[in-house]
Amino acid sequence: MNSKFLAYLVKRLLMALLTIFLVIAITFFVMHAIPASPFSSEKAKSDAVIAALEAKYGFDKPVPVQFLNYLKNILRGDFGLSTGWVGNTVIELIMGGFSYSARIGFTAGLIAIILGIILGSVAALQRGRALDKIIQVLTTALVSMPSFVMATILLLIFALQLGWLPSLGNQPGGLVLPIISLSLYPMAYVTRLQRSSMLDVLGQDYIRTARAKGVRSALVIFKHALKNSLTPVITYAGPMMAYILTGSMVVENIFSVPGLGRLFTNSMLRTDYMMIMGVTIFLATMIILMNFLSDILYKVVDPRIELS
Amino acid sequence: MAEQKKFKNPLSLQLDPALFETAGEDEKAQQVTMRESVSFMRDAMRRLRRNHIAMISLVVIVLIALIAFIVPTFYPYTYTKQDVTAQNLAPFQYSQKEQAKIARGQNVFPHIMGTDALGRDYAIRVIYGTRISLLVGIFSALIVIIIGIIYGSISGYFGGKVDMIMMRIVDIIYSLPDVLIVILLSVAIKDWVSTSKSALISRLGSGMVSIFIVFGLLYWVSMARQVRGQILSIKEQEYVLASRAIGASPARIIRKHMIPNCVSVIIIIAAMQIPSAIFTESFLSFLGLGVSIPMPSLGSLASDARTGLRSYPYQLIFPALSIFLIVLSFNLLGNGLRDAFDPKLRS
Repeated sequence: MNSKFLAYLVKRLLMALLTIFLVIAITFFVMHAIPASPFSSEKAKSDAVIAALEAKYGFDKPVPVQFLNYLKNILRGDFGLSTGWVGNTVIELIMGGFSYSARIGFTAGLIAIILGIILGSVAALQRGRALDKIIQVLTTALVSMPSFVMATILLLIFALQLGWLPSLGNQPGGLVLPIISLSLYPMAYVTRLQRSSMLDVLGQDYIRTARAKGVRSALVIFKHALKNSLTPVITYAGPMMAYILTGSMVVENIFSVPGLGRLFTNSMLRTDYMMIMGVTIFLATMIILMNFLSDILYKVVDPRIELS
Repeated sequence: MAEQKKFKNPLSLQLDPALFETAGEDEKAQQVTMRESVSFMRDAMRRLRRNHIAMISLVVIVLIALIAFIVPTFYPYTYTKQDVTAQNLAPFQYSQKEQAKIARGQNVFPHIMGTDALGRDYAIRVIYGTRISLLVGIFSALIVIIIGIIYGSISGYFGGKVDMIMMRIVDIIYSLPDVLIVILLSVAIKDWVSTSKSALISRLGSGMVSIFIVFGLLYWVSMARQVRGQILSIKEQEYVLASRAIGASPARIIRKHMIPNCVSVIIIIAAMQIPSAIFTESFLSFLGLGVSIPMPSLGSLASDARTGLRSYPYQLIFPALSIFLIVLSFNLLGNGLRDAFDPKLRS
């Protein structure tokens, strides 16, 4: 690891931390710009009760002081108390939901990447033939379909009409449909990325050299072409994380999976501001860290890429 | 003459007078350009017209836009009118009241897509939802174009320190998770919209307002980056130096070189921005953060359809199909525009 790379690593890390701080600040100040107090929406309460509750949650102090306190607490892993699910801390609820979301999201992401790489490579090798055209039409259609349309149509066909799979996430096999609906869009995206990257690599001189030397074509494809064509897919890891995490908000609602996305939409219904802030910051941190990791990995995998 | 040429010493300085004869009419005609010069825009448009997929998508978009903006003016039903006797009708089904009317010889306009759970005509609701999607797409693209061009060209034009600071800001904005911030803002704005006195804002709804705000705050960055990159590279081009050397004014350089070279980038990015804005709006509406009730949006229609999904699947199919068609057409048109305006990018 040379010093130039280390400098890049540090710079990129600082950038990620700054972005996380900004997200926290934006989240905090946007939520505090709302005129209504989190307690005023609830059923008839006397002013004294509201004031007592606000004092309990620290809402009576000036906003900058509250912000500093909030920041300090987050660093200790304390996102405050939930007002919508009384008696629970925000972090407990987040972790409970995340165990579901992580399972669905990780599987969906893995399926998307593996299938995407296979389909994209096949399309590139079959360039211009029928199989390539079929794959291209399918991926174009898939990237034009929002996640909620995909999920509801899958639910309609496979759970309600055909009855092959359960429609609720807590039944055995119930996570299959949510995983499929979350993985189709990223899969199509990876396929397109991989196809163009593979085409690019197949046109390189070293592939021609390898072929000219008489290397078996399977070896050329797997050892030379595939390995070198995978780098652009790495850059998609961050955006894919963002897609899967936000997509799970609708997908978990459609299939009633008690994950983080569903928790988030429920906390919006219950106007639980501490939860909304906590989940936003949690999800944003995941996305920003994923972007950071994929950037670093990209540079590690392909040393030719110039560090800037 | 020919004999003489054969034996001519190649090093001889004697000139051949044949080379200095005045050109005949034939020879002059060869110098005339056969084709009139084609400007960049016309060349790109020609390439676009040859792309059948892009042209079909354009036709589909124009058709959808015509339906969305013209049909409601003469359509016999409105998107708010409820009819308890005509709940959840299937497409082209009539309620008993309407059947009685028909029996009396009166004309009843068919419910092309049936009705919803409150007995509202579904077709007009889908049409209004489509209209919302198109408006969001087009206005977001406009916001992105305006802010992106101004920011990007200032950054590219001044260069140096100004450029560096402006681009660091862009880097930070670029790494913010946009969808999360849209959701956050719409949650916050929802509260504000419900108490707002402005009729326009409360009609638009929190989702729309926050989408426009967020597009104004966040989404212009890729446009700004591209415009800046173009301006920076064009500044260094020889032809700009050449035209400056012949005495072209800065205004002329901007008009003749900068703008035409940025146009392709602007068109491509704006075209890519439209489907992403439509996606975001429908996503928010699906979560219940979009347009205010009773205004329909494709996302909220699809969300409402979930309750009766087993019995009335067409209530999902119509808005889903509509949004799919819009986004697909914009995606394909965007690809076509990219190929037409930036042949170097063609894969």
